Amino acid sequence: MSRTLDPARPVTTATSRRSRRGLLIGLAALFAALLTVSVLSVAVGAQSVPLATVADALRDLHSDDTAHQIVAGRLPRLAAGLLVGVALGLAGAIMQGVTRNPLADPGLLGVNAGASLAVVVAINVFGITTAAGYIWFGFAGATLVAVLVYGVASFGRDGATPVKLLLAGAAIGAALISITTAVLLTDATTFNQYRFWTVGSLAGRRWDLIAQVAPFVLAGAVAALLTGRLLNTLSLGEEVARGLGQRVHLARVTAAAAAVVLCGAATAIAGPIWFVGLLVPHIARQFTGPDHRWILPYSMLLAPVLLLASDVLGRVMAPPGEVQAGIVLSFIGAPFLIALMRRRRAAAA
Amino acid sequence: MSVVRRLRRRTLARVVTVACGLAVAVAAIAVYSLSLGEIDIPAADVVNALLGLDDGGSAYIVNELRLPRALVAVLAGAAFGMSGAIFQSLVRNPLASPDIIGVTAGAGAAAVVALLLFGWSGVAVSAAALVGALATAASIYLLAWRDGVTGGRLVVIGIAMAAMLTGIVSFTMTRADVYDARDALVWLTGSLNAKTWATVRILAPALAVLFALALPATRWLRALRMSDEAARGIGVPVERARLGLIAIAVALAAVATAAVGPVAFVAFVSGPIARRLTGPGGHTALVPAALVGALVLSAADLVAQHAVASTAFPVGVVTAIVGAPYLLWLLARTGRE
Repeated sequence: MSRTLDPARPVTTATSRRSRRGLLIGLAALFAALLTVSVLSVAVGAQSVPLATVADALRDLHSDDTAHQIVAGRLPRLAAGLLVGVALGLAGAIMQGVTRNPLADPGLLGVNAGASLAVVVAINVFGITTAAGYIWFGFAGATLVAVLVYGVASFGRDGATPVKLLLAGAAIGAALISITTAVLLTDATTFNQYRFWTVGSLAGRRWDLIAQVAPFVLAGAVAALLTGRLLNTLSLGEEVARGLGQRVHLARVTAAAAAVVLCGAATAIAGPIWFVGLLVPHIARQFTGPDHRWILPYSMLLAPVLLLASDVLGRVMAPPGEVQAGIVLSFIGAPFLIALMRRRRAAAA
Repeated sequence: MSVVRRLRRRTLARVVTVACGLAVAVAAIAVYSLSLGEIDIPAADVVNALLGLDDGGSAYIVNELRLPRALVAVLAGAAFGMSGAIFQSLVRNPLASPDIIGVTAGAGAAAVVALLLFGWSGVAVSAAALVGALATAASIYLLAWRDGVTGGRLVVIGIAMAAMLTGIVSFTMTRADVYDARDALVWLTGSLNAKTWATVRILAPALAVLFALALPATRWLRALRMSDEAARGIGVPVERARLGLIAIAVALAAVATAAVGPVAFVAFVSGPIARRLTGPGGHTALVPAALVGALVLSAADLVAQHAVASTAFPVGVVTAIVGAPYLLWLLARTGRE
């Protein structure tokens, strides 16, 4: 069990050589799973559409047929799910790698809360209402909080242990949420928008928002996929990495920057979504072992599968209404985290 | 031996001095807040009214309209302060206060569901909050139990539970009418509005019992603060002591939250401030922590009521705005030492 809980364990060439073909097949299987979930996400909902009609509709999106219009209406939701999933999966894998901490997650570390507060301030104080405007605030908020939480947790003798990092994230997150609440109490209009945004949902996202944010996710994803080797060296420990000629600080900053861009972009589209970034790298490591060059692509494909599946599940759970993906995920993620914590043999306080 | 005893006596003397000073400050703030309002009443008249030397109209305003609010602030603040100090000492981390590790999240979720889904109000909501906090705390403890409970596991499982409960709150908020949702938001922020003698009559005896239980348990806390081994070495029943202390701390936080809502950061800041005042050796001084809590909540409510002339904010807004920067400052400082 310790293998999956310890991303810092050195990579042995034997395992990666032995299973390279298996890993490629796994990746292909994941891709197939992603396609399946994507089709489901377009077909299933308050009004389900037969698969044959979905195929028809994709060929002719501008038809007046009701079923075709339903499919066309669900496409932005699918696109949002794919982008947010890719972003959160990669961000989670990087955060766990950079901090060498199996409990790192953008939601749990307060990074999402930082982005939320910044977005609320942008809307309320500066009157910015377009995503292109407030996404920059989201990035700034996410960056600031990421640096703050890590800095705060690193104080003290034993550095940033998993539990200290989580506690610092929760504390700073609580502070940010309180301030957000204070702003919202004075402004009913912003509150009304905020309460639908803060649950973490893929519903009602429009193409223009997705088009504005997509470039950030793509840039972040490319940068993230290139950090695999960096993360592998970092996982050997700071001294060893430095001994191997790695510029440790530069490596950390590059990887963290990619993670922050990805988190900020995901939060701008879907609102704060917790636990995807925590869960997905853990599941990925079960298949790939500790090699980040594999963990990253696996996480990238696995996360949208999980997110879209949660979204579909939320749609069929309570008809005619729906339960937002963020809520479904917190009910999957929290028990997972609890189980993870119970399995750890020695929890560092 | 005599050196140790002298040191301990000096620490005790300092703790007592600090406690007296804090008590005076709490009383001063309370009298000042009783004198302010739509009709300002001079402080001397307030004291006369409190002592029963005056039974005119201003006595009615002081004793019936304003005093319950001031008393609830002092009582709930003290409960939050003591609860936070116990948690922080048990987990040996200044960040581990009940509002961060999930206990008050349980109260919040139960209250929001009661308010918005069942349409309850008043005492029923408080009762739901109390049950929610206790049930959450019990589940956190049971889930964290595995041949004993470690501080780290308790914290992480608490945070996981809090995340799930926050999901319930957010979801319920989207299902409600926007005005009802705003009421729920005020409750979640923590407010002392509309507190009457009825609240005091429930709050005071409940807290009196809990304070009476907490004070003798302080010596266990002092031992557990060092390490489990050290505590076991001097004959403390570690698991039993920890369970007892957690139960007291949870009950304190739950009762206070049921009365005024989950006011942010009062539990969190009181312990560290008290420790700074009492100096080394005062780590587990619960009375100063409780008094700091009372002082913080009373002062914050004074600011929330009167700082902006036209609007009265819920008290939680002030504690959040003051508490958040303090949190950062505190963390930066402890880091340097």
